[in-house]
Amino acid sequence: MPTWSTFVWAFLVGGGICAIGQLLLDFSKLTPGHVMAMLVVAGAILDGIGVYDPLVKLAGAGASVPITSFGNALVHGALQEAHLHGLVGIITGIFEVTSAGISAAIVFGFLAAAVAKPKG
Amino acid sequence: MTRIGRQTWDFSRGTGVYVGGVGTVAGQLESAGPLGTNFDFHLENDRVDGDTWEHSEQSMFGKAAQIALENARVASEELDVLVGADLNAQLTGFYLGLRAHPVPALGVYSACASICEGLAIASLIIHSQHGERAMVGTSSHTSTAERQFRYPTEYGAQKPPTAQRTVTGSGVAVLTNQPSAIQITHATIGKVLDYGIKSPWEMGAAMAPAAADTIAAHLADTGRKLTDYDCVATGDLGHIGHKLVKELLHEKGLTDTGHLTDCGMLIYDSSQPEVFSGGSGGACCSLVTFGHLLKEMLAGRYQRILVSATGALLSTVSTQQKDSIPGVSHAIVFERKDGM
Amino acid sequence: MSVTKAQRDNYQQLVKKHRPARTIVKNTIRAFIVGGLICEIGQVIQTLFIRYGHFKPTEAGNPTVAVLIFLSAVLTACGVYDRFAQWAGAGSAVPVTGFANTITSAAMEHRSEGWIAGVGGNMFKIAGPVIVFGVVSAFFVALIRYIVTHL
Repeated sequence: MPTWSTFVWAFLVGGGICAIGQLLLDFSKLTPGHVMAMLVVAGAILDGIGVYDPLVKLAGAGASVPITSFGNALVHGALQEAHLHGLVGIITGIFEVTSAGISAAIVFGFLAAAVAKPKG
Repeated sequence: MTRIGRQTWDFSRGTGVYVGGVGTVAGQLESAGPLGTNFDFHLENDRVDGDTWEHSEQSMFGKAAQIALENARVASEELDVLVGADLNAQLTGFYLGLRAHPVPALGVYSACASICEGLAIASLIIHSQHGERAMVGTSSHTSTAERQFRYPTEYGAQKPPTAQRTVTGSGVAVLTNQPSAIQITHATIGKVLDYGIKSPWEMGAAMAPAAADTIAAHLADTGRKLTDYDCVATGDLGHIGHKLVKELLHEKGLTDTGHLTDCGMLIYDSSQPEVFSGGSGGACCSLVTFGHLLKEMLAGRYQRILVSATGALLSTVSTQQKDSIPGVSHAIVFERKDGM
Repeated sequence: MSVTKAQRDNYQQLVKKHRPARTIVKNTIRAFIVGGLICEIGQVIQTLFIRYGHFKPTEAGNPTVAVLIFLSAVLTACGVYDRFAQWAGAGSAVPVTGFANTITSAAMEHRSEGWIAGVGGNMFKIAGPVIVFGVVSAFFVALIRYIVTHL
């Protein structure tokens, strides 16, 4: 159960990851697309070395809402399946845990295109 | 007349080239800007009749052409040639926007320098008596440019302060060999110059060297000085590009830059949302020139002006392949004819 | 004669001199605040799902993300997301709401080219790299981790 400290850390960690993204954007010639891709990869690597899950326990949504958690979830899915089915599980499991994010984005994006026109 | 120097075409003697009438259509932000009241038609919404952005731009171009013909009291059947441009791939703004006019048509392209390229070619046609009446125009639309060159319009990307806002609008002029208050006396055709700018967010910097080069070439060819013009307006260098071109001109020994201005700086007020360094786009120069600068001439405030439209020659693919952005600038001289 | 390297270098110096400094400190603070707030809202939603939705704390992240994506799609459809994104920068781009904005904005924009080629064919225009590199890096990370733990 989240405690009051989770709420504080959610703000600090979430804000912190975004601040890192902003610094990358401002200090380099990278586009937002580049920075997002880098953050996802970072999330995957951090989960690989076992650091991201403790961060989620500490900061709750502060770690599960930034795009880095997408990388984390992809690795989780892969490892979960690999644990059950061996090496091939890495391929069969990658999208298992991230279904919510991708499915929601596709469905709601599609519906938005059906009902709204861009305002420029 | 003939060519003077290497780059300048002289129309001042022989069959004269005159502006018979203009038509300007402005989008929402432009209508609310400092020059808003100067434009003939104002869009209530940058999306015309709920149609696509591209169709909206074509509609603006058609409307501006219609107004220009009305003001010039010329029917489109009386035109000998149509010259124009826009920023959409394959010039669909020009070709689809003006296809209703049964007139021989020449689409041209030099990005945002296109209006002066068009005016130069149309003036050459009239001056060399290959035609008596020509219609020249450009259009641009902030959303067609955004979705073609950058991102979907509702995407939340943060733009740097050097970015510019593509003008939504269209400016069209009818040129004729019949004397009127405003004459086109010279055109200077610019060279393509690449000074190594790679960022599509820094187009002012990419184009400034070309503007400086063309202005200097024009003055050298004609033997004139900057002070011979009441106004020297570049097309869309924006606030930052304007500072750069000033320094480049000073480096060339052209220090009287008191009357130097830029259409991209004039069309928006910096208090307007998301205008950053100023306006850009094919219609930036044409809207400001036809809608404002020529009106200043008619009111007697300017006797002779030099308009040097500037273009950044990139494509949707070139910057992704790490190419730098060359610039080009073409210039036109407008002169007030007394007693008209 | 064409532009020399020396001329090009001199010009780069001139451009640098006139390049307005990005307000890095202001941008970073804004990103921190907005990003923190979005995550805070997410934390509230997550807590509600745990308490009333009977989700385990480890599972509640998923429906939370789905709700935030829904909200982001609505704000994008209303034409509001890009306005506040100019102010918030990475604060709106880095949370999963930014991911939803890329997909929603691309889908909306390209509807003018039809459903199949337009919406379907362009939806991942900006989000594509995130998915591609996320999956590819997860593959290699999981592979390495698997090999290491099974040696």
